[in-house]
Amino acid sequence: MTAQVPAERRRRSRGGRGEQLMVPDADFRSYHDRPIIKPPVWKVPDVPAYLYLGGTAGVAASLAALADLTGRAGLRRSGRLVAAGGAVTSVAFLIHDLGRPERFLNMMRVIKPTSPLSVGSWILAPFGTATGAAAASEVTGLLPGAGRVAGLAGGVLGPAMTTYTAVLLADTAVPGWHEAYRELPFVFAGSALAAGGGSALVAGHGDGPPRRVAVAGAALELAATHRLETAIGMSAHAYRTGRAGRVLRAARAATVAGVAAALAGPVVDRVGRRSPRRRRLLDAAAGLLLNAGSAATRWGVFDAGMATAWDPAYTVVPQRERLAAREAGDGSAPGATVDR
Amino acid sequence: MGANSWYGPLADPSADAGYGADHPERVGFFTDTSVCIGCKACEVACKEWNALPADGVAEQGAGGDVLGMAGMGYDNTGGLGASTYRHVAFVEQRVPATRSAQTDLDMPSMDLPGAVTSGEDRGDATEVRWLMSSDVCKHCTHAACLDVCPTGSLIRTEHGTVLVQEDICNGCGYCIPACPYGVIDQRKGDGRAFKCTMCQDRLGAGLQPACATACPTESIQFGPLDELRARADERLASLQEQGVTEARLYGHDQDDGVGGDGAFFLLLDEPEVYGLPPDPVVTTRDLPSMWRHAAAAALTVAATVGAAFLGGRR
Ligand code: SF4
Repeated sequence: MTAQVPAERRRRSRGGRGEQLMVPDADFRSYHDRPIIKPPVWKVPDVPAYLYLGGTAGVAASLAALADLTGRAGLRRSGRLVAAGGAVTSVAFLIHDLGRPERFLNMMRVIKPTSPLSVGSWILAPFGTATGAAAASEVTGLLPGAGRVAGLAGGVLGPAMTTYTAVLLADTAVPGWHEAYRELPFVFAGSALAAGGGSALVAGHGDGPPRRVAVAGAALELAATHRLETAIGMSAHAYRTGRAGRVLRAARAATVAGVAAALAGPVVDRVGRRSPRRRRLLDAAAGLLLNAGSAATRWGVFDAGMATAWDPAYTVVPQRERLAAREAGDGSAPGATVDR
Repeated sequence: MGANSWYGPLADPSADAGYGADHPERVGFFTDTSVCIGCKACEVACKEWNALPADGVAEQGAGGDVLGMAGMGYDNTGGLGASTYRHVAFVEQRVPATRSAQTDLDMPSMDLPGAVTSGEDRGDATEVRWLMSSDVCKHCTHAACLDVCPTGSLIRTEHGTVLVQEDICNGCGYCIPACPYGVIDQRKGDGRAFKCTMCQDRLGAGLQPACATACPTESIQFGPLDELRARADERLASLQEQGVTEARLYGHDQDDGVGGDGAFFLLLDEPEVYGLPPDPVVTTRDLPSMWRHAAAAALTVAATVGAAFLGGRR
C-alpha cells in the first residue's frame, strides 16, 4: 500500500503551535474528517451547571453537618440552605437536559452499577431528600431533631455527590474525559471544596473551617487541573487550546484571586486595624471568585471533552499508537493505556 | 453475571444477561465490503421497514445542499444516526494501476474491459478505486451503550443483539458518547435515542433483517454468528490467495476491546478510512478503576472537611 496516494483525507494531527505535541509526527486518516464517536448531545449550561451545583451542595451539606455537631449555628444554617438549593437546582438542570423530561422518574426504575448516571441518581435522590428536609427544618424551626438526622445523612452523602459526576463523564468513549479518569475525580473534588467553602464565605460564616476547606480545595483544584493539561496523553492538548483552554485559564485566574482574597481577610485584620466591614467584603469577594472558578472549571472540562469528540484525531491517533505497540509485540491487551 | 460480564471474551451474552438455556442462538451481520456496489438498497430497505424519518448530512452537522450532498462522494447520509441505521460509506482513492487490476473485485475501473493484463507492470500509472461499505450498529458483545443506560431502556435481546426499548428511554443521552463506534444518537424533535434493532420484529417472525434481505450482492450476510465467523475466515483466505493483501476482518475477534462484534466486516483498507475506530474498547473495562479513583477523591473531600474542624478556634 506504500505507493498509494489516497484521495480521502489524510491529515496531520493538530499540534497547535507545535508545543508539547504528544504524537509529534502523527499522520492519521479519517472518513471525510468526520468525528468517529458521536459528540454528546448534552447542553451548556445544563450539564456544567449540574456538575458544579451538585459538588457545591455536597460540600455545603458536609460543612453543615459538622457545624451542627460543633455548635456553629450560622454555618449550619447557610450550609443547609446551600445544600438544598444546590441539590434542587442541579436536579432541575439534569431534568431540563433530558430529551424526555417527563420520563425523569425512569431513572429510578433500576439500579445499575455499570451506569454512573444510575448510581448518581441513587445518590442524588436521597441526598436531595435529606438536605431538603434539613433545610425545611432550619427555615421553619420545626422538628429540629429530625432536621439534625436529615442534615447528618446529607453530610455523609455529600462527598459522594462531589465525585460521582467525574465518573459520569469519564465512563464514555470521549477521549478527553475517558483518558482523564484518574484525574477528573480529584479535579471535581477540589472544585467542589473550593465552591462549598466559598459559599460559606459569601454567607458571612467563613471563619475557621470553611476558609480552610475553601483554600485547600482550591489548591487541589489547581493542581489536579494542571495534570489534566499536561499528563493525560494526547487529549491534554484539548485542555490547553481553543475555548476550553481559555475557559480553564479564566477559571484558574478566578480561583487564584479567590484564594488570595480568602487569605487576605484574616491577615489584613492582624496587621492593620480590625474592620468587620472590610473582612465581610473580602470574604464575599473570595467566595464569589472561588465559585466562579469552580463553575468555569466544570465548563472547561466539559468543553475540552467536546473538542476531543468532534476531532477524529483524538480517537484515531492514540488507538493507532497502541495497536502499533501491540504489533511491536509487547503483548498488551487491547486498549491497554500507554504507560503514564 | 460472570467473570467476563464487563470485559473480555464472552461466548453467550444472552445467557450472561439472564436468558435461559433455551434462548435462540446469537445472530449477527457479516458485511463483506469487497462486494458492496454502493447501491444503498440496505439504507432504503431499512428506512422503509423501520419507518424512519428522512435525515441527511445537514442533520449530522456537516452542512449539505438540498439533496443532502456535502462533497463526500455519493454519500448523502454522512454517517449512522438516530434515523439512519445503515449507512453506506463512499471512499474514493487513487491507487497504482497494476495492483487493483490483479483481481476482479467487480470494482468500477477506468480502463476498457480486458485492457489491463493481470499483474502487468504499468509503471507509475494510477487509477481510481472506490471503497464502499455499509456500516451498522455492531451489537457489541460488551455494549457500552447498554452498560451506561440508567433506565434499563437498552437491553440485550434473546438473539444476543442490543435493543433500545423506546417506551422507556427518557433521552438522557448517556449512550451516545459511550458508544465507541459513534452509532447511537438522539432523534431531533423526539428526544429519545435510536439505533439499529437488527429488525427485532422480523427476527421474531423468522425473517431476516430488511437490509440483508435487500442487499443484491450478499455484501450483507445475516445468520448465526458462529457460521458467519467461519464464512468470513474462508472469504478472507480466498481474497488473500487472489492477492488482495489489504483485505482484513474488523470486529470478528472475540479478544478485542469489546469482546467481538455481533456485526463485523471485511474491509479493504484501514478501519478509520471508513470512519471506524481502529482499536475500540468498551469504556466499562475501566469502570472499576474509575469508581476506585472517585472513592479516593470522595474520601479526600471528607477528610479535608473533617480536618478543617479539628483544632480550630470557634
Ligand atoms: S456499536 Fe454502539 S450502539 Fe451498537 S451495541 Fe455497540 S456500543 Fe451500543
